[in-house]
Amino acid sequence: MTSIPYIPAYEPPATYLNIRHTVASWLLTKDHKRIAILYMISITLFFAVGGFAAVFMRLQLLTPHSTLVEAETYNKLFTLHGVIMVFFFLVPSIPVTLGNFLVPLMIGARDLAFPRINLASWYLFMAGGTLTLSAIILGGLDTGWTFYTPYSSTFSNTHVVLAIMGIFLAGFSSIFTGLNFIITIHKMRCPGMTWFRLPLFIWSTYATSIIYVLATPVLAITLTLVGLERILGIGIFDPNLGGDPILFQHLFWFYSHPAVYIMILPGMGVISELIPAFSRKQVFGYNFVAFSSLAIAILGFVVWAHHMFVAGISLYSGLVFSMLSFLVAIPSAIKVFNWTATLYKGSISLETPMLYALGFIGLFTIGGLTGLFLATLGLDMHVHDTYFVIAHFHYIMVGGAVMAYMGGIHFWWPKMTGRLYNDMWGRVAAVITFLGFNLTFFPQFILGYLGMPRRYYAYAPEFQVYNVMSTAGASILAVGYCLPLIYLLWSLRWGAKAPNNPFRATGLEWQTSSPPPTDNFAKTPLVTQEPYSYHTMEPQGV
Amino acid sequence: MSDLTAPIDHPPLVAHQFDDLQQQTEADTLGMWVFLGTEVLFFGGLICGYLVYRHLYFDAWRQGSEITNGFRFLGISSGAWNTAVLLTSSLTVAVAVRAAQMGSRAVLLWMLAITWVLGAAFLGIKAAEYTHEYHEGVMPGMTTFHPDEEVTAQLTKAAAADQRELGALIQRFRMYWVFYFFMTGVHAVHMLIGLGLFAFLFIQAARNRFTPQKHAPVELMGLYWHFVDLVWIFLFPLLYLVR
Amino acid sequence: MDTFRLFPPQASEQALKVDHLFYFLCGVSAFFALLICALVVTFAVKYRRRHPDEIPPKAPTPMSLEIAWTGIPLLITVVMFVWGAEVFVSAQEPPADTMQIFVVGKRWMWQIQHPEGRKEINTLHVPVGRPVKLTLISQDVIHDFGLPAFRIKKDVLPGAYTTEWFTATKVGEYHLFCDQFCGAKHAEMVGTVVVCDPAQYASWLAGTESDTPPRVAGQKLFMQYGCVNCHGLYAPTLAGLYGRPVDVIDEQGKHRTVIADESYLRESILNPSAKLVAGFPNRMPSFRSSLSEEQLMQLLEYIKSLSGAADTGPYRGNAAGPATQPVGTPPPIGNPPFTPYRTNQ
Repeated sequence: MTSIPYIPAYEPPATYLNIRHTVASWLLTKDHKRIAILYMISITLFFAVGGFAAVFMRLQLLTPHSTLVEAETYNKLFTLHGVIMVFFFLVPSIPVTLGNFLVPLMIGARDLAFPRINLASWYLFMAGGTLTLSAIILGGLDTGWTFYTPYSSTFSNTHVVLAIMGIFLAGFSSIFTGLNFIITIHKMRCPGMTWFRLPLFIWSTYATSIIYVLATPVLAITLTLVGLERILGIGIFDPNLGGDPILFQHLFWFYSHPAVYIMILPGMGVISELIPAFSRKQVFGYNFVAFSSLAIAILGFVVWAHHMFVAGISLYSGLVFSMLSFLVAIPSAIKVFNWTATLYKGSISLETPMLYALGFIGLFTIGGLTGLFLATLGLDMHVHDTYFVIAHFHYIMVGGAVMAYMGGIHFWWPKMTGRLYNDMWGRVAAVITFLGFNLTFFPQFILGYLGMPRRYYAYAPEFQVYNVMSTAGASILAVGYCLPLIYLLWSLRWGAKAPNNPFRATGLEWQTSSPPPTDNFAKTPLVTQEPYSYHTMEPQGV
Repeated sequence: MSDLTAPIDHPPLVAHQFDDLQQQTEADTLGMWVFLGTEVLFFGGLICGYLVYRHLYFDAWRQGSEITNGFRFLGISSGAWNTAVLLTSSLTVAVAVRAAQMGSRAVLLWMLAITWVLGAAFLGIKAAEYTHEYHEGVMPGMTTFHPDEEVTAQLTKAAAADQRELGALIQRFRMYWVFYFFMTGVHAVHMLIGLGLFAFLFIQAARNRFTPQKHAPVELMGLYWHFVDLVWIFLFPLLYLVR
Repeated sequence: MDTFRLFPPQASEQALKVDHLFYFLCGVSAFFALLICALVVTFAVKYRRRHPDEIPPKAPTPMSLEIAWTGIPLLITVVMFVWGAEVFVSAQEPPADTMQIFVVGKRWMWQIQHPEGRKEINTLHVPVGRPVKLTLISQDVIHDFGLPAFRIKKDVLPGAYTTEWFTATKVGEYHLFCDQFCGAKHAEMVGTVVVCDPAQYASWLAGTESDTPPRVAGQKLFMQYGCVNCHGLYAPTLAGLYGRPVDVIDEQGKHRTVIADESYLRESILNPSAKLVAGFPNRMPSFRSSLSEEQLMQLLEYIKSLSGAADTGPYRGNAAGPATQPVGTPPPIGNPPFTPYRTNQ
């Protein structure tokens, strides 16, 4: 991806891609677009690592007492899958790739406010990833991504401290990215780009950045305390030494519940771009969609203890947190209804990004509704820590965040690379992903209600039917993820040249060339319209 | 900087992504404020843990803060000295910022130097305290935690006075020291970073890099330093004064 | 057990309640999911782009619609919350005549002891139709005692008791799972709940030579560790203490009233000074290092068996009160020394 070995007879227009070709020009770049590409390559690699772990887990679960891997190995596999996918794929995913690329373009800026910090955050991310991966290579980690004490602090004899250091660094990468976005959105909007003319992707990135900045430091301090407890043998969270394991859970979920919204909010932003673009209609209820992002970010901070309903917290805190958790569902519902209403009387084109977007609406709706089951105290008592939870959050994170990421990549691919991919293959992959996903995770709802606990390497025989379905679905899902890798890479070399605005979408990013020049715009743009003014589109007479 | 040369009409001193100096300064300042917001949550998590255990193990924590407070270096409490030193340095930083705004380089250089020295003095006192605490055996490491006779005697007396069990008291007492060292340690790391940055600012100022128009680094450093002070203003009562 | 099913067996009253709630949520979810899917598919087909230059006109955004789809979901979630809370709260407090069973979780097994003394591992026998309360504690990391057929689960914490209760309604064998990740053999920390009719349960209890009932074992410990030497004499009597309010002084020297439940009793054994009964000196040593979780539970069971005078006022300790003597049990082996030192206190 670093160079396009295409030597034209004429001098091509200078783009951010062809301006320099040396390795150093990439590794030392301060261009937000190049950093986005660096991030994209990195998180794709992490996704592959986490994905391989998932493959082994699904194979292991094909039979009730498989001997493919041992119990300890299985524990390391799901920890690897969780840690890598959460901290090194989902949390960064859309903000660091699409966000990095698009935030300055969408608001008409030449770059992020702090390009050097942006590059530094990529290095922090890579350093963190390297540390965590080295913990895994050196013998693994078996605490689960939740690091519950006192297991992680006293009992586990795997490389907890190394992994914690990695996550700590990646956390600071997130903080710097969030800080950069907040400042850029506040201070660097081009003339005419008022707050209510901002694309909804910017609103959701802004909401995400707030969570990055305010929640991540608490995770950093909490994991550091776990590390200290391990190294020094002091009992901050170990009850045998006078500590309180529930305090860890409070502190951990104070980050990790908002982190769930870090994962889904940017996805919602992408969908809010795709739906209007492919139905050529102004988004329905712009203000509601915009403010629901902020509402989610704020309410997301006060629902953390719904992860602890059966952990021995008091009845009253259970009631309060259950109520608040229901409240946080409302803004998500508002978004779904508004997206659906946007389609009404539109001009809907089912190109690849739109298929992903519509898939997102379906899967996210199911994921969101099943979240209500878990917020309901009486039900959570039964399905807590079972496969129901697994299915629920995969519907949100894979069905939601990853579908949105794929949709966004397909939408902005021509802008990022200047090439068009094969739309037919794109549509095939989107449909395969959707079907494979449902086959993988829907049976897990039933498994969960039947009572199958999560993190089991072996299970009771009556659970097998659904596990077989799930594994079969996972293999289809794998095809759905591999296909885009092939045709997107193929398009880099052989794809047709992309016009500046292949989808005829609004938004400043489509007004510059594909791919954009290093400074994004030949001259500073001026915004005079509301966002998504598709009704004012000029017919092209085709 | 950028791979492309900046547009011809781009003002000097302004990074390519900004339109003008004002935008750049505002962005830098807001950036520092947001960063400090992150820091508040960072220390906030720690203080939250402190409060939980202080509430749970009030006794041991009272002993802990008495011993911290009873440290005999300099005759009166070293914590109070450190507070004074740090508050003075806040003043000198404020003067430095003013000097940068006014463009008086000599004052700026002097103030930066004094701030640096005061910061170093703080760390020096802290290091002396740490050494003393190490010798008293209250550093909560695996091998370093072995309270000396004096401390043990005090603890035994406290346990006897309140008719409480010595073993449990010592265990919790150790937890107090975990928080003490971790909180002051993280604060000291912030101070160290600050000293490095002040040294850098001093060199920059000596090379005449700051003008009344462009001195954002000095202002940002001022914000950072005031924050570090503020953290200490919270740590000092929590760890030394509260009974 | 059959190999294909959609729902786990319903073997308790709680299971029925939870299932009804579940059906309600499934209904609501299915309605909204199908509504959204139907709308998306209909719109995608009906309003498909027929011409590349098609430009639909601007559509209004009626506020009423926004308010409707904010308000209606809010109302529905209120119903869910109230119903869910009701089911949850009813699962917290067991009825009065509950049978108490102790469970100790350790990696990777469940040790269970019945009030009559019989111990079992990874199997829990309970009689049908009788409320059973489980008192849970862990010896190491956090576990979770999950009973899908009864639709309940609770984390099992080190250092603190948690409880859960159920009334089995159907004879049969059901799963018992550890639901909180606890290390290598987490998936093997499973067992069976055997629900049998009361007669069978009785004969099972009597089946083999029973271990000492926890109450009796506790009594023995009570003598062995010398608890008997003080309590009821110059330390608060324990008779009738369980379940009653106690005036205590906490570590910050504040007066508080706490209920003498399992957690309080446990804390007072392990860390006597944490909540000192008002009016008594702090003299009791900690038994933290000398008692296992199992022995602690036996002691608690013994203390609970001591019914005292029927006064219902707040418990203030009673220096001159009735000596701690079990009612309806034979006097302890080796009478406690009836010390004449009482006057010295």
